[in-house]
Amino acid sequence: MSTLSKFFTSRWGPIITGVIIGVLAPVLVKLGNPGNMGICVACFTRDIAGALGLQRAATVQYIRPEIIGLVLGALVAAFLFREFKPRAGSAPLVRFVLGIFAMIGALVFLGCPWRAWLRLSAGDWNAIAGIVGLIAGIGLGIVFLQMGFSLGRSRPASPAMGWVMPVVMIGLFALLVLAPMFGRDANGAPIGPIFFSTTGPGSQHAPLFIALAVGLAIGFLAQRSRFCTIGGVRDLILMRDTYLFFGIVALVVAAFVTNLALGQFNPGFEKQAIAHTDAIWNFGGMVLAGLAFTLAGGCPGRQLILSGEGDGDAAVFWLGMLVGAGFAHNFNLASSAAGPSPYGPAAVIVGLVVCVAIGLTMRERIAQAVFGTASGE
Amino acid sequence: MDTPTLDARGLSCPQPAFLAKQKLAELKSGTLQVLLDSATSRDNVTRIARNAGWTIVEEQDAGTFRLVLTK
Repeated sequence: MSTLSKFFTSRWGPIITGVIIGVLAPVLVKLGNPGNMGICVACFTRDIAGALGLQRAATVQYIRPEIIGLVLGALVAAFLFREFKPRAGSAPLVRFVLGIFAMIGALVFLGCPWRAWLRLSAGDWNAIAGIVGLIAGIGLGIVFLQMGFSLGRSRPASPAMGWVMPVVMIGLFALLVLAPMFGRDANGAPIGPIFFSTTGPGSQHAPLFIALAVGLAIGFLAQRSRFCTIGGVRDLILMRDTYLFFGIVALVVAAFVTNLALGQFNPGFEKQAIAHTDAIWNFGGMVLAGLAFTLAGGCPGRQLILSGEGDGDAAVFWLGMLVGAGFAHNFNLASSAAGPSPYGPAAVIVGLVVCVAIGLTMRERIAQAVFGTASGE
Repeated sequence: MDTPTLDARGLSCPQPAFLAKQKLAELKSGTLQVLLDSATSRDNVTRIARNAGWTIVEEQDAGTFRLVLTK
């Protein structure tokens, strides 16, 4: 076990995780997931929000087993390697707000950082503007980190707190399998409480247990290797540390090869799956998402992994994303294949103002308190 | 003799590693004690310090990782 642990925390850990995600995500597309959306934490969280009725866009409603698997896979790994540590208290309300705006930015682009790289590896050149925006957002977050930005310390919490998110995921799995329906309205449409799309991306999904198994495997591996697509870029710029960055490179290369092999590599800008061609707001949406993820400490996949380890603050961030998905669709902020919605750009600007305010105001206090001296040996 | 100490317990990524890197660059040589409460931060600080040529001695006590970095 110790040898395995050392392997996954070695340079190879993020690379192996990136390769596994890069191979399995296009395979999930082949098995039924939406185009270039083998795994997308933002889109899949949005689908879960739809399934729960938090947003009522009829084409994006499904309880995605991959999300459940990511949390529970991380939980298993954390337990096996004694890293399950319930903790909370690091500015949870701010993290909730960051989660809301991260989701809005991601849905203006149409994808989380994982999907941005997956879209690129499938030949969707619209992803380039999004990735440039993502890097710009991370760069802005780094400026705040260098100025002393901090969300403060978390504290150890009771074991019950650490179990909340895994239990929520088990509950979602039960709702996925049981799919309770209380009735239909006069037009024959389901009245909930759970909604599943019959057309559109929400109706496209790989077989349930395969999707769950992939989520579990990636959750396990990502917990061990600390795989993070925000951390990969952030640490490279901030600390010249390539440990996580090579995980992103591995993901892109593996996904590119797999897409080629499966006949899913379609280079170009036009007619890409669940994408639009507006470069400005592909860029702008991901500046917002990149900034919000950086201030919160990691990409949405990483937040799910942390929540499986018992990190209540990361769980609150994901809940913010879930609520953000409700806002994104109920307020008509999310983009579609036709382009940005009329209100999406304004929401991105509001989000940037809020995130910059957070970046500027939550700083110094902790940084000044961190250093001290202790009686040495 | 006082040992400079960085208490990064409870701080989230990338603060523990980033603060350690800043402190190591400031000290240039000597000893720095770093207190951490997660294996991820322990690994990150260890990697950053090792890459900068510092030697690391690790102790673990009641959920706290104590790294003594020397150069």
